[in-house]
Amino acid sequence: MKPPSFAYRDPATLEDALALLAANADARPLAGGQSLMPMLNFRLVHPPMIVDLNRISALAGIVIGADGVNIGAMTRQRDAERHAGLARDWALLMEALRHVGHIQTRSRGTVGGSLAHNDPAAELPAVMLALDAVMIVRSAVGTRKIAATDFFVSLLTTALKAGELLVSIHLPHPPRHAGFGFAEIARRHGDFALAAAAVVVSRGGNHARVVATGMGEGPRRILEAEAALVEGKFSDAAITAAAAAVSTAVEPVDDLHAPAWYRKKIAGVMAARACRDAITRMAGQTNE
Amino acid sequence: MNDERRTIRVTINGQVFERAVAPNLLLSDFIRHEAELTGTHVGCEHGVCGACTILYESQPARSCLMLAVQADGARLETIESLAKGDALHPLQTAFWEKHGLQCGYCTPGILMTMKAFLAETPNPSEAEIRVALSGNLCRCTGYQQIVEAVRHAAALLSAARVAP
Ligand code: FES
Ligand code: FES
Repeated sequence: MKPPSFAYRDPATLEDALALLAANADARPLAGGQSLMPMLNFRLVHPPMIVDLNRISALAGIVIGADGVNIGAMTRQRDAERHAGLARDWALLMEALRHVGHIQTRSRGTVGGSLAHNDPAAELPAVMLALDAVMIVRSAVGTRKIAATDFFVSLLTTALKAGELLVSIHLPHPPRHAGFGFAEIARRHGDFALAAAAVVVSRGGNHARVVATGMGEGPRRILEAEAALVEGKFSDAAITAAAAAVSTAVEPVDDLHAPAWYRKKIAGVMAARACRDAITRMAGQTNE
Repeated sequence: MNDERRTIRVTINGQVFERAVAPNLLLSDFIRHEAELTGTHVGCEHGVCGACTILYESQPARSCLMLAVQADGARLETIESLAKGDALHPLQTAFWEKHGLQCGYCTPGILMTMKAFLAETPNPSEAEIRVALSGNLCRCTGYQQIVEAVRHAAALLSAARVAP
C-alpha cells in the first residue's frame, strides 16, 4: 500500500519546525518513521502535511553531564544502543534497546519517536518510567518539562499537545550502586512484548522501580511491587512478593497473541527475572 | 490534492539518479521504478518482512518505511552492488553453496542486512546470527540453511581479508 498524498516540509531548524506545527494544526511530525510510515502506508492516517524532523541535526545527540544524560529526541536507537557512555549508569536503556524491533528498524527509529508514539507494548516508555526520566517538550510558545509518570497517558497517547514536540529526554543518574534488570517475552525476537518488566534497585538508596509493560494501556510502575522489594530488603521472599504484586496489578486483555490469564502469569515471571537480575547486579557493586 | 514535486539526487551503488518525485513516493518504489533496480523486493510495504532492506549511508534500513524525498543527497547500496560483473560477492557464493535460498524473494534483503552485520561482527555465534536475521522473513527455507550460509559467508569473508 502507498501513503496518501500530503504536503512535505523538511525544516533544518527546530524553530522552523515548531512554526510549521503551530501554523498547521493537523500536520504530523515525522521522526524515524518506523511507526508513522506503516500507518501512512496503511492509510490509517491522512495528515495534510508531514513535517520531517530528520534534517534537524540539533535534535540528535547524547550529552552526559554532572546531573545525568540528555538524549536528543532524534537520536537513532542504534546510536544509543552503541553509545559506550551510557553503559555505566544507563545500561538498562541499552539492554532494552536490543529488544526494540530489529537492526533495520533501529538504524532509522529514534528514541524520541518511540516515546512520543507510546505503543502500549513498546519497551522504551517502560525504561523511561524505571529511570525517572524527564521529557523536555517545546512548542512555538515555550518549553515544558514533563516527568515520565505524567508523560505516558494511555494507549498511543502522551501529554504532548498540538504544536508540541518532544525535543530531548533527561535521565538523572540512578542512585549509587543501583542494579537494573530487564526481561521480556515476545513471540519472536524483536516483536512487541507480550509482557516485559524493567527494574531498577538500590539497597543504599532504599530505591526500587518496577515497571510492567506490554499489557493493557501500556507501561505502569507497580508501586506495591516496589514497596515489597524495599520492605523485604531485596530478599528472595521480597522478589516473590513483588512478582505476585505485578501479576495482580496488570490488566491484560485477550488478544490474538495470547490470552489475558497467560499474560498476567508471565508478567509476574518477567518481573521476578528482572528483579533477580537487578539485585544480582546491585550486589556486584558494593565496593567503592 | 498535492501535486507538488521535488527534484532529488540520490546516489545508488555509486550512480547518481536525479528525478522529480511526489513527496509520497516510497523510497522502495523510487529504487524499483525510477532507478529501475528491481533487485530490491517489496513484500509487505509496512516494515515487517525485511525484503526491501537496503543500506542507507551504510546502515541497513527498510526502504518501504522511507520517503524518496528523505533520501535526497544520500548514498544507498542495493543488492545490485554486491556482484562485480560475473564475480559473486562472498555472501552470494555462501548462499549458493549452502542453499540459503529457494524462491529468492527474501534474499536481497537478507544479504544487505548480513553485509552490514558481518562488517560489524566478523565472527558471529549462531545466536547472534539468528538475532541479526530476526528482521527478515523467509517463507521457504525454514532459516536453517540461511544460518549455515551466513556462517559460511563469515568464513569466506575472513579468508578473503587475510589473503594477500
Ligand atoms: S516491504 Fe519493506 S519491510 Fe516488507
Ligand atoms: S527463499 Fe523464498 S522467501 Fe526466502
